[in-house]
Amino acid sequence: MGEEFKLEVVNPEKSFLSKEDVTEVVVPAFEGEMGILKDHISIISFLKPGIITVYSKSVEEKYFVEDGIIEFKNNNLSILTSSIFNIKDIEKSKIDEMLRLAEEETNKESISDQVKFLIDQKIEVLKSIN
Amino acid sequence: MASLDDLKKRIASVKSTQKITKAMKMVAAAKLKRAQDSAEKGRPYSEKMNNIILNLSEGISDIESAPKLLSGTGKDQIHLCVVMTSDRGLCGGFNSNIIKKAKSYFSKLSSEGKELKIITVGSKGNDQLKRVFGDKIIENISFKNSKNANFFDAEKVSKIIIEKFQKEEFDICTIFFNQFKNVITQIPQAQQIIPLKTETDEKEKSEDNYEFEPDEDEILTNLLPKNISTQIFKAMLENSASEQGARMSAMDNATRNAGEMVDKLTIEYNRSRQAAITKELIEIISGAESL
Repeated sequence: MGEEFKLEVVNPEKSFLSKEDVTEVVVPAFEGEMGILKDHISIISFLKPGIITVYSKSVEEKYFVEDGIIEFKNNNLSILTSSIFNIKDIEKSKIDEMLRLAEEETNKESISDQVKFLIDQKIEVLKSIN
Repeated sequence: MASLDDLKKRIASVKSTQKITKAMKMVAAAKLKRAQDSAEKGRPYSEKMNNIILNLSEGISDIESAPKLLSGTGKDQIHLCVVMTSDRGLCGGFNSNIIKKAKSYFSKLSSEGKELKIITVGSKGNDQLKRVFGDKIIENISFKNSKNANFFDAEKVSKIIIEKFQKEEFDICTIFFNQFKNVITQIPQAQQIIPLKTETDEKEKSEDNYEFEPDEDEILTNLLPKNISTQIFKAMLENSASEQGARMSAMDNATRNAGEMVDKLTIEYNRSRQAAITKELIEIISGAESL
Protein backbone atom coordinates (compact mmCIF):
# COMPACT_ATOMS: atom_id res chain seq x y z
CA MET A 1 0.00 0.00 0.00
CA GLY A 2 1.06 3.48 -0.72
CA GLU A 3 4.00 2.33 -2.70
CA GLU A 4 2.20 1.38 -5.85
CA PHE A 5 1.59 3.22 -9.07
CA LYS A 6 0.03 2.56 -12.43
CA LEU A 7 1.89 1.28 -15.43
CA GLU A 8 0.62 1.15 -18.96
CA VAL A 9 2.58 -0.19 -21.90
CA VAL A 10 1.12 0.45 -25.33
CA ASN A 11 2.33 -0.44 -28.77
CA PRO A 12 0.75 0.82 -31.98
CA GLU A 13 -1.46 -2.21 -32.34
CA LYS A 14 -2.86 -2.48 -28.87
CA SER A 15 -2.46 -1.86 -25.20
CA PHE A 16 0.22 -4.34 -24.36
CA LEU A 17 0.20 -4.31 -20.61
CA SER A 18 -1.68 -2.48 -17.93
CA LYS A 19 -0.98 -2.88 -14.26
CA GLU A 20 -2.20 -1.06 -11.20
CA ASP A 21 0.14 -2.45 -8.62
CA VAL A 22 3.71 -1.91 -9.69
CA THR A 23 6.19 -0.77 -7.11
CA GLU A 24 9.20 -0.13 -9.26
CA VAL A 25 10.05 -0.04 -12.93
CA VAL A 26 13.57 0.00 -14.28
CA VAL A 27 13.80 1.28 -17.84
CA PRO A 28 16.78 1.50 -20.20
CA ALA A 29 16.60 5.26 -20.72
CA PHE A 30 18.75 6.87 -23.33
CA GLU A 31 21.29 8.15 -20.89
CA GLY A 32 21.44 5.09 -18.73
CA GLU A 33 19.20 2.83 -16.73
CA MET A 34 16.61 4.59 -14.68
CA GLY A 35 14.53 3.28 -11.85
CA ILE A 36 11.14 4.82 -11.27
CA LEU A 37 9.36 4.70 -7.95
CA LYS A 38 6.14 6.23 -6.79
CA ASP A 39 6.00 10.04 -6.69
CA HIS A 40 8.81 10.43 -9.14
CA ILE A 41 8.89 13.87 -10.73
CA SER A 42 7.09 14.18 -14.08
CA ILE A 43 9.50 13.04 -16.70
CA ILE A 44 9.68 12.35 -20.39
CA SER A 45 12.51 10.34 -21.81
CA PHE A 46 13.14 7.90 -24.54
CA LEU A 47 14.52 4.44 -24.50
CA LYS A 48 17.33 2.62 -26.10
CA PRO A 49 17.28 -1.12 -26.75
CA GLY A 50 17.29 -2.90 -23.44
CA ILE A 51 15.30 -4.58 -20.77
CA ILE A 52 12.42 -3.15 -18.83
CA THR A 53 12.02 -4.72 -15.43
CA VAL A 54 8.70 -4.37 -13.72
CA TYR A 55 8.49 -5.09 -10.01
CA SER A 56 5.13 -5.53 -8.42
CA LYS A 57 4.17 -6.99 -5.04
CA SER A 58 5.21 -10.52 -5.63
CA VAL A 59 6.39 -10.87 -9.18
CA GLU A 60 9.15 -9.49 -11.27
CA GLU A 61 8.74 -9.37 -15.02
CA LYS A 62 11.24 -8.58 -17.71
CA TYR A 63 10.53 -7.23 -21.17
CA PHE A 64 12.78 -6.60 -24.09
CA VAL A 65 12.24 -3.31 -25.94
CA GLU A 66 13.90 -1.88 -28.99
CA ASP A 67 12.84 1.70 -28.63
CA GLY A 68 10.19 3.76 -27.01
CA ILE A 69 9.19 6.81 -25.08
CA ILE A 70 8.24 6.95 -21.45
CA GLU A 71 6.15 9.50 -19.72
CA PHE A 72 5.64 9.63 -15.99
CA LYS A 73 3.04 11.94 -14.60
CA ASN A 74 0.80 11.89 -11.53
CA ASN A 75 1.92 8.38 -10.70
CA ASN A 76 0.99 7.11 -14.13
CA LEU A 77 3.80 5.63 -16.11
CA SER A 78 3.15 5.27 -19.83
CA ILE A 79 5.57 3.46 -22.03
CA LEU A 80 5.09 3.79 -25.77
CA THR A 81 7.04 1.38 -27.83
CA SER A 82 6.82 -0.18 -31.25
CA SER A 83 8.41 -3.47 -30.33
CA ILE A 84 8.23 -5.19 -26.99
CA PHE A 85 8.46 -8.83 -25.96
CA ASN A 86 8.12 -10.62 -22.70
CA ILE A 87 11.42 -12.36 -22.22
CA LYS A 88 9.69 -15.46 -20.97
CA ASP A 89 7.70 -15.85 -24.18
CA ILE A 90 10.32 -14.97 -26.68
CA GLU A 91 11.69 -17.92 -28.58
CA LYS A 92 15.34 -18.58 -28.97
CA SER A 93 15.12 -18.79 -32.75
CA LYS A 94 13.59 -15.32 -32.83
CA ILE A 95 16.41 -13.89 -30.76
CA ASP A 96 18.92 -15.47 -33.07
CA GLU A 97 17.14 -14.02 -36.06
CA MET A 98 17.08 -10.53 -34.57
CA LEU A 99 20.70 -10.85 -33.58
CA ARG A 100 21.66 -11.85 -37.08
CA LEU A 101 19.78 -8.92 -38.62
CA ALA A 102 21.29 -6.49 -36.15
CA GLU A 103 24.78 -7.75 -36.83
CA GLU A 104 24.25 -7.36 -40.53
CA GLU A 105 23.07 -3.83 -39.94
CA THR A 106 25.98 -2.81 -37.79
CA ASN A 107 28.49 -3.89 -40.39
CA LYS A 108 27.07 -1.60 -43.00
CA GLU A 109 29.23 1.39 -43.81
CA SER A 110 26.47 3.86 -44.39
CA ILE A 111 24.98 4.09 -40.93
CA SER A 112 25.60 7.00 -38.64
CA ASP A 113 27.42 6.67 -35.35
CA GLN A 114 24.28 7.10 -33.34
CA VAL A 115 22.46 4.36 -35.20
CA LYS A 116 25.48 2.14 -34.83
CA PHE A 117 25.57 2.79 -31.13
CA LEU A 118 21.92 1.82 -30.77
CA ILE A 119 22.36 -1.35 -32.76
CA ASP A 120 25.42 -2.34 -30.78
CA GLN A 121 23.38 -1.86 -27.64
CA LYS A 122 20.71 -4.08 -29.06
CA ILE A 123 23.21 -6.79 -29.90
CA GLU A 124 24.65 -6.67 -26.44
CA VAL A 125 21.25 -6.99 -24.81
CA LEU A 126 20.17 -9.77 -27.12
CA LYS A 127 23.32 -11.67 -26.36
CA SER A 128 22.75 -11.28 -22.66
CA ILE A 129 19.28 -12.77 -22.95
CA ASN A 130 20.46 -15.58 -25.10
CA MET B 1 -41.12 -8.15 -74.64
CA ALA B 2 -38.31 -10.54 -74.00
CA SER B 3 -39.00 -14.17 -74.56
CA LEU B 4 -39.64 -16.55 -71.69
CA ASP B 5 -36.26 -18.15 -72.07
CA ASP B 6 -34.43 -14.82 -71.95
CA LEU B 7 -36.29 -13.82 -68.81
CA LYS B 8 -35.44 -17.08 -67.16
CA LYS B 9 -31.77 -16.60 -67.94
CA ARG B 10 -31.80 -13.07 -66.59
CA ILE B 11 -33.44 -14.12 -63.36
CA ALA B 12 -30.82 -16.81 -62.90
CA SER B 13 -27.97 -14.39 -63.54
CA VAL B 14 -29.31 -11.73 -61.17
CA LYS B 15 -29.76 -14.40 -58.53
CA SER B 16 -26.20 -15.55 -58.83
CA THR B 17 -24.97 -11.95 -58.61
CA GLN B 18 -27.04 -11.59 -55.49
CA LYS B 19 -25.35 -14.61 -54.03
CA ILE B 20 -21.96 -13.06 -54.63
CA THR B 21 -22.85 -9.70 -53.14
CA LYS B 22 -24.36 -11.41 -50.15
CA ALA B 23 -21.20 -13.39 -49.57
CA MET B 24 -19.09 -10.25 -49.96
CA LYS B 25 -21.24 -8.52 -47.42
CA MET B 26 -20.69 -11.31 -44.94
CA VAL B 27 -16.95 -11.24 -45.47
CA ALA B 28 -16.85 -7.47 -45.11
CA ALA B 29 -18.86 -7.67 -41.91
CA ALA B 30 -16.42 -10.14 -40.41
CA LYS B 31 -13.43 -8.09 -41.49
CA LEU B 32 -15.05 -4.91 -40.28
CA LYS B 33 -15.29 -6.29 -36.80
CA ARG B 34 -11.59 -7.00 -36.76
CA ALA B 35 -10.60 -3.72 -38.37
CA GLN B 36 -12.75 -1.80 -35.92
CA ASP B 37 -11.17 -3.65 -33.03
CA SER B 38 -7.68 -2.85 -34.11
CA ALA B 39 -8.60 0.77 -34.79
CA GLU B 40 -9.87 1.06 -31.26
CA LYS B 41 -6.89 -0.72 -29.78
CA GLY B 42 -4.54 1.55 -31.69
CA ARG B 43 -6.07 4.68 -30.29
CA PRO B 44 -4.32 4.84 -26.90
CA TYR B 45 -0.93 4.86 -28.55
CA SER B 46 -1.62 7.77 -30.85
CA GLU B 47 -3.42 9.66 -28.11
CA LYS B 48 -0.55 9.27 -25.70
CA MET B 49 1.91 10.22 -28.38
CA ASN B 50 -0.09 13.32 -29.12
CA ASN B 51 -0.20 14.24 -25.46
CA ILE B 52 3.50 13.92 -25.01
CA ILE B 53 4.23 16.01 -28.07
CA LEU B 54 1.76 18.60 -26.89
CA ASN B 55 3.46 18.81 -23.53
CA LEU B 56 6.83 18.99 -25.18
CA SER B 57 5.98 21.68 -27.68
CA GLU B 58 4.55 23.80 -24.89
CA GLY B 59 7.85 23.56 -23.14
CA ILE B 60 9.78 24.82 -26.11
CA SER B 61 10.69 28.41 -25.56
CA ASP B 62 12.54 29.23 -28.69
CA ILE B 63 10.51 28.45 -31.77
CA GLU B 64 13.43 29.26 -34.05
CA SER B 65 15.53 26.40 -32.86
CA ALA B 66 12.68 23.90 -32.82
CA PRO B 67 13.01 20.95 -35.16
CA LYS B 68 11.80 21.64 -38.68
CA LEU B 69 9.25 18.86 -38.51
CA LEU B 70 7.46 20.83 -35.84
CA SER B 71 7.91 24.40 -36.97
CA GLY B 72 7.97 23.84 -40.73
CA THR B 73 10.33 25.29 -43.28
CA GLY B 74 8.84 28.72 -42.97
CA LYS B 75 7.40 28.57 -46.46
CA ASP B 76 4.25 27.05 -47.82
CA GLN B 77 5.04 26.90 -51.49
CA ILE B 78 5.26 23.19 -52.20
CA HIS B 79 2.52 20.96 -50.88
CA LEU B 80 2.84 17.23 -50.59
CA CYS B 81 -0.45 15.38 -50.44
CA VAL B 82 -0.57 11.78 -49.35
CA VAL B 83 -3.80 10.26 -50.59
CA MET B 84 -4.63 7.03 -48.83
CA THR B 85 -7.10 4.74 -50.53
CA SER B 86 -7.80 1.04 -50.69
CA ASP B 87 -6.31 -1.57 -52.99
CA ARG B 88 -9.63 -3.14 -53.83
CA GLY B 89 -12.76 -1.80 -55.37
CA LEU B 90 -16.43 -2.62 -54.82
CA CYS B 91 -16.69 -0.55 -51.71
CA GLY B 92 -19.23 2.07 -52.68
CA GLY B 93 -18.15 5.66 -52.40
CA PHE B 94 -15.17 4.93 -50.19
CA ASN B 95 -12.41 5.75 -52.65
CA SER B 96 -14.27 8.39 -54.63
CA ASN B 97 -15.02 10.31 -51.44
CA ILE B 98 -11.36 10.60 -50.59
CA ILE B 99 -10.50 11.48 -54.17
CA LYS B 100 -13.21 14.11 -54.29
CA LYS B 101 -11.92 15.69 -51.11
CA ALA B 102 -8.36 15.57 -52.38
CA LYS B 103 -9.25 16.98 -55.78
CA SER B 104 -11.05 19.97 -54.33
CA TYR B 105 -7.99 20.61 -52.16
CA PHE B 106 -5.74 20.29 -55.20
CA SER B 107 -7.71 22.82 -57.20
CA LYS B 108 -7.68 25.20 -54.26
CA LEU B 109 -3.92 24.88 -54.12
CA SER B 110 -3.42 25.45 -57.82
CA SER B 111 -5.68 28.50 -57.78
CA GLU B 112 -3.42 29.91 -55.10
CA GLY B 113 -0.43 29.24 -57.28
CA LYS B 114 1.12 26.61 -55.04
CA GLU B 115 3.10 23.70 -56.28
CA LEU B 116 1.63 20.26 -55.80
CA LYS B 117 3.16 16.84 -55.31
CA ILE B 118 1.18 13.69 -54.71
CA ILE B 119 1.96 10.38 -53.11
CA THR B 120 -0.74 7.79 -53.46
CA VAL B 121 -1.09 4.93 -51.03
CA GLY B 122 -3.28 2.16 -52.38
CA SER B 123 -3.76 1.39 -56.04
CA LYS B 124 -7.34 2.60 -56.41
CA GLY B 125 -6.41 6.17 -55.64
CA ASN B 126 -3.58 5.99 -58.09
CA ASP B 127 -5.91 4.71 -60.80
CA GLN B 128 -8.34 7.55 -60.30
CA LEU B 129 -5.81 10.33 -59.95
CA LYS B 130 -3.33 9.48 -62.66
CA ARG B 131 -5.63 10.57 -65.46
CA VAL B 132 -5.76 14.19 -64.36
CA PHE B 133 -2.84 14.55 -61.99
CA GLY B 134 -0.53 11.94 -63.45
CA ASP B 135 2.39 14.31 -63.79
CA LYS B 136 2.09 15.35 -60.14
CA ILE B 137 2.26 11.87 -58.67
CA ILE B 138 5.78 11.28 -57.47
CA GLU B 139 5.29 7.97 -55.75
CA ASN B 140 2.76 5.20 -55.53
CA ILE B 141 2.85 2.85 -52.60
CA SER B 142 0.67 -0.18 -52.40
CA PHE B 143 0.35 -2.79 -49.70
CA LYS B 144 -1.53 -5.40 -51.66
CA ASN B 145 0.41 -8.15 -50.00
CA SER B 146 -0.16 -7.27 -46.38
CA LYS B 147 -3.42 -8.53 -45.06
CA ASN B 148 -4.03 -6.04 -42.31
CA ALA B 149 -2.76 -2.57 -41.71
CA ASN B 150 0.43 -2.92 -39.76
CA PHE B 151 2.86 -0.53 -38.20
CA PHE B 152 5.71 -1.72 -40.34
CA ASP B 153 3.97 -0.50 -43.50
CA ALA B 154 3.17 2.81 -41.88
CA GLU B 155 6.81 3.27 -41.03
CA LYS B 156 7.77 2.66 -44.63
CA VAL B 157 5.46 5.42 -45.78
CA SER B 158 6.67 7.85 -43.16
CA LYS B 159 10.28 7.10 -43.98
CA ILE B 160 9.67 8.12 -47.57
CA ILE B 161 7.93 11.28 -46.46
CA ILE B 162 10.62 12.27 -43.99
CA GLU B 163 13.36 11.61 -46.49
CA LYS B 164 11.70 13.90 -48.97
CA PHE B 165 11.23 16.52 -46.30
CA GLN B 166 14.86 16.45 -45.40
CA LYS B 167 15.76 16.93 -49.03
CA GLU B 168 13.45 19.95 -48.90
CA GLU B 169 11.25 18.63 -51.64
CA PHE B 170 8.14 20.05 -50.00
CA ASP B 171 7.07 22.42 -47.26
CA ILE B 172 3.73 21.15 -46.10
CA CYS B 173 2.43 17.62 -45.96
CA THR B 174 -1.21 16.68 -45.73
CA ILE B 175 -2.69 13.21 -45.56
CA PHE B 176 -6.11 12.26 -46.89
CA PHE B 177 -8.03 9.36 -45.46
CA ASN B 178 -11.49 8.31 -44.41
CA GLN B 179 -12.34 8.51 -40.78
CA PHE B 180 -14.54 5.73 -39.57
CA LYS B 181 -17.64 6.99 -37.84
CA ASN B 182 -19.99 4.09 -38.28
CA VAL B 183 -20.86 1.50 -40.88
CA ILE B 184 -22.76 3.90 -43.11
CA THR B 185 -20.82 7.09 -42.45
CA GLN B 186 -17.18 7.62 -43.22
CA ILE B 187 -15.85 11.13 -43.20
CA PRO B 188 -13.06 11.99 -45.62
CA GLN B 189 -10.39 13.86 -43.72
CA ALA B 190 -7.48 16.08 -44.61
CA GLN B 191 -4.91 16.22 -41.87
CA GLN B 192 -1.75 18.23 -41.93
CA ILE B 193 1.17 16.32 -40.47
CA ILE B 194 4.15 18.49 -41.41
CA PRO B 195 4.53 20.95 -39.85
CA LEU B 196 2.63 19.51 -36.99
CA LYS B 197 -0.51 21.31 -35.98
CA THR B 198 -0.99 21.04 -32.27
CA GLU B 199 -4.48 21.59 -31.08
CA THR B 200 -4.08 23.31 -27.79
CA ASP B 201 -6.83 22.29 -25.49
CA GLU B 202 -6.89 25.10 -23.00
CA LYS B 203 -8.56 23.14 -20.29
CA GLU B 204 -6.21 20.22 -20.61
CA LYS B 205 -3.17 22.37 -20.38
CA SER B 206 -1.04 20.95 -17.68
CA GLU B 207 0.85 23.08 -15.27
CA ASP B 208 3.36 20.35 -14.69
CA ASN B 209 6.93 20.96 -15.36
CA TYR B 210 8.46 17.95 -16.91
CA GLU B 211 11.93 16.80 -16.45
CA PHE B 212 13.49 15.83 -19.72
CA GLU B 213 16.22 13.42 -20.33
CA PRO B 214 18.02 14.20 -22.62
CA ASP B 215 16.84 17.76 -23.37
CA GLU B 216 13.64 18.74 -25.11
CA ASP B 217 15.17 19.31 -28.49
CA GLU B 218 16.70 15.91 -28.69
CA ILE B 219 13.55 14.19 -27.56
CA LEU B 220 11.54 16.11 -30.11
CA THR B 221 13.87 15.25 -32.95
CA ASN B 222 13.46 11.62 -32.07
CA LEU B 223 9.80 11.78 -31.36
CA LEU B 224 8.51 13.69 -34.34
CA PRO B 225 9.37 11.10 -36.99
CA LYS B 226 7.74 8.50 -34.77
CA ASN B 227 4.71 10.66 -34.49
CA ILE B 228 4.41 10.82 -38.26
CA SER B 229 4.48 7.03 -38.45
CA THR B 230 1.87 6.93 -35.74
CA GLN B 231 -0.39 9.37 -37.51
CA ILE B 232 -0.08 7.46 -40.75
CA PHE B 233 -0.72 4.20 -38.98
CA LYS B 234 -3.79 5.70 -37.39
CA ALA B 235 -4.98 6.84 -40.79
CA MET B 236 -4.38 3.36 -42.17
CA LEU B 237 -6.39 1.76 -39.39
CA GLU B 238 -9.25 4.20 -39.80
CA ASN B 239 -9.10 3.66 -43.51
CA SER B 240 -9.28 -0.10 -43.32
CA ALA B 241 -12.22 0.03 -40.94
CA SER B 242 -13.93 2.53 -43.23
CA GLU B 243 -13.23 0.43 -46.29
CA GLN B 244 -14.86 -2.62 -44.81
CA GLY B 245 -17.78 -0.56 -43.54
CA ALA B 246 -18.30 1.06 -46.91
CA ARG B 247 -18.05 -2.29 -48.66
CA MET B 248 -20.51 -3.83 -46.28
CA SER B 249 -23.17 -1.20 -46.83
CA ALA B 250 -22.53 -1.12 -50.58
CA MET B 251 -22.93 -4.87 -50.78
CA ASP B 252 -26.02 -4.73 -48.61
CA ASN B 253 -27.56 -2.26 -51.03
CA ALA B 254 -26.55 -4.36 -53.99
CA THR B 255 -28.10 -7.44 -52.45
CA ARG B 256 -31.32 -5.59 -51.81
CA ASN B 257 -31.41 -4.15 -55.32
CA ALA B 258 -30.81 -7.56 -56.78
CA GLY B 259 -33.72 -8.89 -54.73
CA GLU B 260 -35.99 -6.18 -56.08
CA MET B 261 -34.86 -6.92 -59.59
CA VAL B 262 -35.52 -10.62 -59.18
CA ASP B 263 -39.04 -9.85 -57.95
CA LYS B 264 -39.74 -7.57 -60.89
CA LEU B 265 -38.38 -10.06 -63.39
CA THR B 266 -40.33 -12.89 -61.83
CA ILE B 267 -43.58 -10.98 -62.17
CA GLU B 268 -42.76 -10.19 -65.77
CA TYR B 269 -41.89 -13.82 -66.36
CA ASN B 270 -45.13 -15.06 -64.83
CA ARG B 271 -47.16 -12.54 -66.79
CA SER B 272 -45.69 -13.49 -70.10
CA ARG B 273 -46.06 -17.16 -69.29
CA GLN B 274 -49.73 -16.55 -68.47
CA ALA B 275 -50.13 -14.58 -71.68
CA ALA B 276 -48.67 -17.44 -73.67
CA ILE B 277 -51.01 -19.94 -72.00
CA THR B 278 -54.03 -17.72 -72.62
CA LYS B 279 -53.04 -17.30 -76.20
CA GLU B 280 -52.75 -21.03 -76.66
CA LEU B 281 -56.13 -21.60 -75.02
CA ILE B 282 -57.78 -19.08 -77.32
CA GLU B 283 -56.26 -20.81 -80.27
CA ILE B 284 -57.50 -24.21 -79.11
CA ILE B 285 -60.97 -22.94 -78.34
CA SER B 286 -61.37 -21.07 -81.58
CA GLY B 287 -60.02 -24.09 -83.41
CA ALA B 288 -62.60 -26.33 -81.71
CA GLU B 289 -65.38 -23.88 -82.43
CA SER B 290 -64.62 -23.83 -86.13
CA LEU B 291 -65.07 -27.58 -86.40
